Amino acid sequence: MMSYVAHDETELIPPLEVEEEELYHPKTFIGKYIWCQDAKVIAIQYTITAMGVGLLALVLSGIMRLQLGFPNSFSFITPGAYLQFVTMHGMIMVVYLLTAIFLGGFGNYLIPLMVGARDMVFPYANMLSYWIYLAAVLLLVASLFVPGGSTGAGWTLYPPQAIVEGTPGAGLGIILMLLSLMLFIIGFTMGGLNYVVTVLQARTRGMTLMRLPLTIWGILMATILALLAFPALFVSAVMMLLDATLGTSFFMPAISVAGEMLDYQGGSPVLFQHLFWFFGHPEVYIVALPAFGIVSDLIAVNARKNIFGYRMMVWAILIIGGLSFVVWAHHMYVSGMNPYFGFFFATTTLIIAIPTALKVYNWVLTLWRGNIRFTVPMLFAIGFLVTFVNGGLTGLFLGNVPVDVPLSDTMFVVAHFHMVMAVAPIMVVFGGLYHWYPKVTGRMLDPTLGKIHFWVTFIGSYSIYFPMHYLGILGVPRRYYSIENISFIPESAHTLNVQITIAALIVGVVQLVFVYNLIRSYFKGEPAGPNPWEATTLEWQTADTPPRHGNFGPELPIVYRWAYDYSVPGAVLDYIPQNQPPDSLPARETDDNPQAPPS
Amino acid sequence: MTAALVFLAAIMATIIWWLARQTINVRPWEASTIASTGDPGSEVGNRPRVAGSLGFPTLKVGLGLFLCVATSLFGLLMSAYFMRSMLPDWNRLSVPDLMWLNTALLLASCVVVHRTDTAMKKGARREVKLGLLVGAILTLLFLAGQLFAWNQLNTAGNTVEANAANAFFYLFTAAHGVHLLGGLWVWARATAGAWFNLERVRLGMRIELCKVYWDYLFIIWLVLFFTLLSG
Repeated sequence: MMSYVAHDETELIPPLEVEEEELYHPKTFIGKYIWCQDAKVIAIQYTITAMGVGLLALVLSGIMRLQLGFPNSFSFITPGAYLQFVTMHGMIMVVYLLTAIFLGGFGNYLIPLMVGARDMVFPYANMLSYWIYLAAVLLLVASLFVPGGSTGAGWTLYPPQAIVEGTPGAGLGIILMLLSLMLFIIGFTMGGLNYVVTVLQARTRGMTLMRLPLTIWGILMATILALLAFPALFVSAVMMLLDATLGTSFFMPAISVAGEMLDYQGGSPVLFQHLFWFFGHPEVYIVALPAFGIVSDLIAVNARKNIFGYRMMVWAILIIGGLSFVVWAHHMYVSGMNPYFGFFFATTTLIIAIPTALKVYNWVLTLWRGNIRFTVPMLFAIGFLVTFVNGGLTGLFLGNVPVDVPLSDTMFVVAHFHMVMAVAPIMVVFGGLYHWYPKVTGRMLDPTLGKIHFWVTFIGSYSIYFPMHYLGILGVPRRYYSIENISFIPESAHTLNVQITIAALIVGVVQLVFVYNLIRSYFKGEPAGPNPWEATTLEWQTADTPPRHGNFGPELPIVYRWAYDYSVPGAVLDYIPQNQPPDSLPARETDDNPQAPPS
Repeated sequence: MTAALVFLAAIMATIIWWLARQTINVRPWEASTIASTGDPGSEVGNRPRVAGSLGFPTLKVGLGLFLCVATSLFGLLMSAYFMRSMLPDWNRLSVPDLMWLNTALLLASCVVVHRTDTAMKKGARREVKLGLLVGAILTLLFLAGQLFAWNQLNTAGNTVEANAANAFFYLFTAAHGVHLLGGLWVWARATAGAWFNLERVRLGMRIELCKVYWDYLFIIWLVLFFTLLSG
């Protein structure tokens, strides 16, 4: 038997003990399902809430598309309402759906299970995190119903437009939006501290950092980014709230509305843009990094191969995270910045393509000659890969100042960011939900419905966003209620808008198939068993499915290997769980069997 | 944004340095047996041990991370302050002299919490109770002093909307005060623990967390205060 070699030196430090009595044990229905401190229940609460508000945002996008495809056919879609729908759709999708579901949903469910912990390290704060998130969501939705309606300033909430009269929701709407964002950030901070500290402090024995599944690396780094970047949004929200309510002039310049000078002095709208994008660009990676991690695991499991270049993948996640803080001003090329700054930010933006491309190569090389299983999660993973590459390539266009300037504020930008940070991550969300649903419920989702869901979503998304690039190159502006009677826009653009709208509505409707599948399978799905995908990570090795509170029964698992022992030469099965000791493996008789204990 | 960027660069450099130590010469694909303590399943006190930790108490790691978040917040506030102060309508605010006294009060509360921590380590419970009480009073006096300073400025016509420099003064002091109030919640729990004979290790941890947090908030206050003075 070979001696144990520590993979990180902290492993040899006298460890902390996780005491059973420290776990919260609910005794009532309310304690178990409502005010619950179990990370798995909190994850489900996050996921259901995020999907609910996401469906609302989906409906809003359908309404927007109806206006663009069939202008002035629906009386309730006024110009103001259109802008409000655009704003709410964007903000909900980016913050309240994607951020919440990746970190609050997947993070809560997977971190304790995958690192071999009983729960998050601060479960009470974790519970509060969800309830504050819910309050933020309710506040946001409430803004739809206040006098004046929700804000219509666009999801970037740029002042002075967001505050001055004439913009939809310039009164209560924007105030509720800002309060909601502040609440969201407070709630997220409580959850985020849990995610990071649990990964750092509560890994089970043998679970060294370099044995963590890439899902955990992605979530960990995204959470660190969020913890450091959300304060920028918080600061800008507080300052704008003060501008709107107390009349300060942080961002508000001296400005006249309808010929009347307002009381504001020489505030700086560009200052807001800096603060907003200091959060806004890392936000792209707050969404993308968990997706990168999850898709790595989906690909490895379904290709039955170890992930190619694990260490490179970890470093790429880290480097992408670091670089994401020095590219924010590429969103501001048209704000009148110094050309040298533009050059700097264009350079950093293009540099970030290197670690990102490295990840793409590694995913493709993992697929190469793999024993690929085309399960529904795998379809979504491949769908992500293709979509992310497409969206990333158009990012190269927009990262360059001379190309970005004419394309700025056109539909090209809308098509780019929807491909790269809407469709691509949502593919991973779906892939992840199909993958882990059996562990959460003990039942499989219906694969036929899943394949219908995938193919319609995938082809539909391309039907929406490919032609949208063309509209952008034609100069069709974004955020416009109507593009009729604009001389330079040809008739073909209107025809394309009709086609895009029809595709969008079909994609919207097919999401109901997914919701139906979720509900139906919960009651009538095939029993999943503990490890239906034959995966190696710890969440599939629990004694019970769904795992009980405390996750692992009386003893925590001990980890002997990384998360990617698939198709190991000489092994009987094509996967070896992380908690399988090397000397307990049934091995095939071969000449060079790496699983046999060394002499 | 320089202040925020410097802070973030420091954070990212720390993470990269730390991670480099974890990853160099590591072959994650190699399986291992755990034999350093004899038996892979060895337990202590019949409870499984957790190997993956930084070697610090979890609460301290949590506080450390929270302080990073708070530093990001204050760093961004400072960045906004410097950028806004370069615009032509900026009128420097004359900071009330009372702020010096307030600063002294906060410093005194820091000294007291240090002495309380020392007393805790010596097991002198009576001194611990006294220290917690005095420290809380000094902190509350600091907060009251800040409110008085607000009142002085307001009375003198330096209202929040009158100029951006005023607005930043109110914003800085409010942000700092809110953080201090949050700390007082933990302080109150420590005080209750001292009175109701909470076990020594847990009480000691609460006091130690308060010590770190008060030190941090004092340093942040100094930075904010001198920024306002020099503004």
